[in-house]
Amino acid sequence: MRATVSDLPLVLDGVSLQAGATTILDRLSLSITPGAPTLIVGPNGSGKTSLLRLLMGLTAPTAGRVSWGGRSESKPVRRAILFQRPVMLRRTAAANVAYALAQAGTPRSERAVRVAALLERVGLFDLAQRPARRLSGGEQQRLALARALARDPEILLLDEPTASLDPAATRGVEEIVLMAAQSGIKIVMASHDLGQVRRLAGEVMFMVRGCLRERAPTAAFLDHPTTPEAAAFLRGDLVI
Amino acid sequence: MSDQLSAWQLILTGDAALFAIVWLSLAVSLSAVALAALIGMPLGALVALTRFPGRSVLVVLLNAMMGLPPVVVGLAVYLLLSRSGPLGSMGILFTPTAMIIAQTILIVPIIAALTRQTIEDLWAEYRDELTAMDVSQAGRIATLLWDARFSLLTALLAGFGRAAAEVGAVMIVGGNIDGFTRTMTTAVALETSKGNLPLAMGLGLVLVAIVLAINAAAWGTRVWSERQAS
Repeated sequence: MRATVSDLPLVLDGVSLQAGATTILDRLSLSITPGAPTLIVGPNGSGKTSLLRLLMGLTAPTAGRVSWGGRSESKPVRRAILFQRPVMLRRTAAANVAYALAQAGTPRSERAVRVAALLERVGLFDLAQRPARRLSGGEQQRLALARALARDPEILLLDEPTASLDPAATRGVEEIVLMAAQSGIKIVMASHDLGQVRRLAGEVMFMVRGCLRERAPTAAFLDHPTTPEAAAFLRGDLVI
Repeated sequence: MSDQLSAWQLILTGDAALFAIVWLSLAVSLSAVALAALIGMPLGALVALTRFPGRSVLVVLLNAMMGLPPVVVGLAVYLLLSRSGPLGSMGILFTPTAMIIAQTILIVPIIAALTRQTIEDLWAEYRDELTAMDVSQAGRIATLLWDARFSLLTALLAGFGRAAAEVGAVMIVGGNIDGFTRTMTTAVALETSKGNLPLAMGLGLVLVAIVLAINAAAWGTRVWSERQAS
């Protein structure tokens, strides 16, 4: 019974990730619970993507333990992820959403209605029959969002979804993310755009070199960073 | 010159014997391609998606078997199906069924090896998304085969080209019996050795034309359908 199983709270307990001699994530202990959007910020290479993959269960930690709603089995139940460059299945936009619904266990008879509703929700209703790979970058991100929402997630992980988009497309994606957050979905999103942090975040997790250096409500983080690295990052200095 | 002229005459006048041979060749090779696709595509996809001890050996073996000599396959199937062989009681040696079996064995490795390569490349692209959507192993194979459908057409064509062009296997297990198991390739070999060059050339021309037509049709289909739904 999907409905009775929860993926929250998502808890990391002393989690490290190593690739050979390189430490990608360093002894992270944190808990993610329902609430306002959490934005993960930090310089490139600070481990944001690795952390999101770990939260999704796509990568196993080399030390420590990850649990979803108390379970340590990594099978995704009520969580979804939006990759920085989502892969469009070689089908129409509608078929992409229908595929995600089928995988999430939506009965065949309900799919057509839900495909239409999800496409409407991300503003792609008119492009339903367009091959997904012919969509623009922004449209592809929105379609990927529809696919992620098709899983009826409690937690939605996003890896810099607007990194390669123009401002108009970025706004489109952000509006959908905000709407999802208002509907009660926990948003955890990597970003390196401080403007986006201001627009979306309820709290910020600041990462440097695989360590979680700071976790604070957005206003507190932006106005009164407690670590020198965060202060330097906010000033626009290179943080190494 | 006169040989060429009569070759064209045979084709243009719709010579019955010639078209019976063409028909049998197509029926045998297309059946073999269909069967080999049913076996080779899931097999190739499975090898692409799984990791097990000895996998590299299997991959090298599959690739090597793409160059399997048709006469050797013919001989092996002959030994299996001959009266004293393990499957001799079926009594299908020197029938089109035996020819289909031999050609299927010949082209399963081609289709499986090309499918494995295609699916492995696509899997590298799809892995994260499909894992995040919690797609089962069978679902992954079905998804990848469907999404690679245009590229896999090339594997089918390679298999068909091989089946339509080979002489050795159908000659050995079919026996080149006039009106029953004579295909274009075995007929060309026979008629040439008999000195009946018009028929040999007519068959040769038809064979080349058919391979060309099928490839053109497949290419056209691919271009058209990619425009529809890539």
